[in-house]
Amino acid sequence: MALENKGLNWIANLVLSLFAAACLIPFALLIIASLSSESSIIQNGYTFFPSEFSLSAYDYLWGHSIELGRAYGITILITVVGTAVSLAITSALAYPLSRRDMPLRNFWTFVVFFTMLFNGGLVPTYLVYTQLFDIKNTIFGLLIPGLLMNGFNVLLVRTFFLTSIPPALIEAANIDGAGEIKTFYKIVLPLSLPIMATIGLFQAISYWNDWFNGLIYLTDSRLFGIQTILTKMITDIQFLTSSSNAAGSASHAAAELPSTSVRMAIAAIGVLPILIAYPFFQKYFVKGITIGAVK
Amino acid sequence: MGLNTSRRWNRFMKYSPLTLLMLPGLAYLLINNYMPMFGMFIAFKNINYSKGILGSDWIGFKNFEYLFKTSDAFIITRNTILYNATFIIIGTILAIVFAILLNEVRKKVLSRFYQSVIVLPHLISFVVVGYLAYAAFSMETGFMNKTILPLLGIEEISWYTEPKYWPYILTLVHLWKSIGFSCIIYLASIISIDSEYYEAATLDGANKWQQIRAITIPLITPVIVMLTLLGIGRIFYSDFGLFYQVPMNTGMIADTTNVIDTYVYKGLMISGDIGMASAAGVYQSIVGFVLVLLANYVVRKINRENALF
Repeated sequence: MALENKGLNWIANLVLSLFAAACLIPFALLIIASLSSESSIIQNGYTFFPSEFSLSAYDYLWGHSIELGRAYGITILITVVGTAVSLAITSALAYPLSRRDMPLRNFWTFVVFFTMLFNGGLVPTYLVYTQLFDIKNTIFGLLIPGLLMNGFNVLLVRTFFLTSIPPALIEAANIDGAGEIKTFYKIVLPLSLPIMATIGLFQAISYWNDWFNGLIYLTDSRLFGIQTILTKMITDIQFLTSSSNAAGSASHAAAELPSTSVRMAIAAIGVLPILIAYPFFQKYFVKGITIGAVK
Repeated sequence: MGLNTSRRWNRFMKYSPLTLLMLPGLAYLLINNYMPMFGMFIAFKNINYSKGILGSDWIGFKNFEYLFKTSDAFIITRNTILYNATFIIIGTILAIVFAILLNEVRKKVLSRFYQSVIVLPHLISFVVVGYLAYAAFSMETGFMNKTILPLLGIEEISWYTEPKYWPYILTLVHLWKSIGFSCIIYLASIISIDSEYYEAATLDGANKWQQIRAITIPLITPVIVMLTLLGIGRIFYSDFGLFYQVPMNTGMIADTTNVIDTYVYKGLMISGDIGMASAAGVYQSIVGFVLVLLANYVVRKINRENALF
């Protein structure tokens, strides 16, 4: 019996450590390849044991530090602003829907819910945002379409309010003369930090990772975030050289572009911040997955 | 009468702060979700930017006729459904197996470590995944062509121009990115099983394998059924990032990598064929909606509590 359990424990550890390795190894290959010399890559391909290391890819990217720094600035800006606005409007919509005495509560809940079942698709969405709201090539193009709020999160927060905030508490606040809005942000929100943190984390990740809005709504490279730059460079490795102004491109002519290692270095630069930050928030990330799933 | 209106007025005033709170969120849903729904009428128009969208001519179902006359309609529908069906079947089985194994890991520290690592791919954007795939499959410098295939004594393969390999590559990438995520969900439902069942089974002399078959699997079946049906409800939608970034938008492999979502994108942004793109989009929305309703109907039949609505 005990022996059998021990055996299963061993098998479980073996299988899961192989799976965990499969999840990590591609990142290791990416980073090692970005540090390999061009000639080594051309000879042996991307490998874990390059014949020669080199920083030339990072050298090249350092030459474009202004563009990359700007792209990071934009990514950070939309992540911070987007997440903050998203939390504000999501919770503000969810709270009245959680109040059993709210008139038309079921109707508005259905209005939110229906967006999860049916959508107009990319073409009408694109036309609404570009023709009606003229969002193309503005920072709002990165911030607003698709990402700002979703029905699922609203219903998640509403359920949290319904189950975790005692109605008596809200009544007591009202009797004490606090208005509805004050009750909401002085009493309800502070009690809802766990769900806010979870949704905030997932919103921040979606903003950080988003390349789709940049692909659809931007052509002006000065507004590109880091993910949009990655999206452009996956097919056009010269992108940084050709999009930068004369001053930068003169010293970094296309001829000396170490293109195979730069391809890996730019991806490494895109993913490293999240890999470095991950150990600090992994606990909440893993927990958050189940919160969303059990609803 | 007068009393009634003043009562209504009081009620309106009482709830006006709450209504005010709802406004920004509702306004966003109006712009982001409801206006595009009404905008679906453009599929029935011959869009001409010089006439404006409202001024363009109505052409009835012409866009749909053109779409379904091409072989594209069949290919994108087939690809979308086959990929998603494969993802649902293999993904569910592997996620359950990993969840059961994860539950057998005795050391809590190790279990937590595995959990954090296997969901890491889920955290990464699909652009980065596209680069990781390129590191593996690039013709001249990829790890497959330069390291793995020579070891096996196989000739180099031009992955990005050979359609036949992509069903395997895309399935592999999808599983790599998503299994950890669904594994955690199944693990949560396994952990919530009352340990008394297992204690009783152990007393009766049931071994681990019997316990898994007779207790674990039956008790997580509701979750399996629900997640599978939700997946079937979404079978007409595909993960745009997977099909756009990983094949690197290569035309030669479109036969096995084009799905409805990439077709709509290309029609709208690259070829400028808005008529076909919007027709394909409407086709996806309507069929997708019907499938969601059907899936939910089936869930309701099986277990009311698990139904979405």
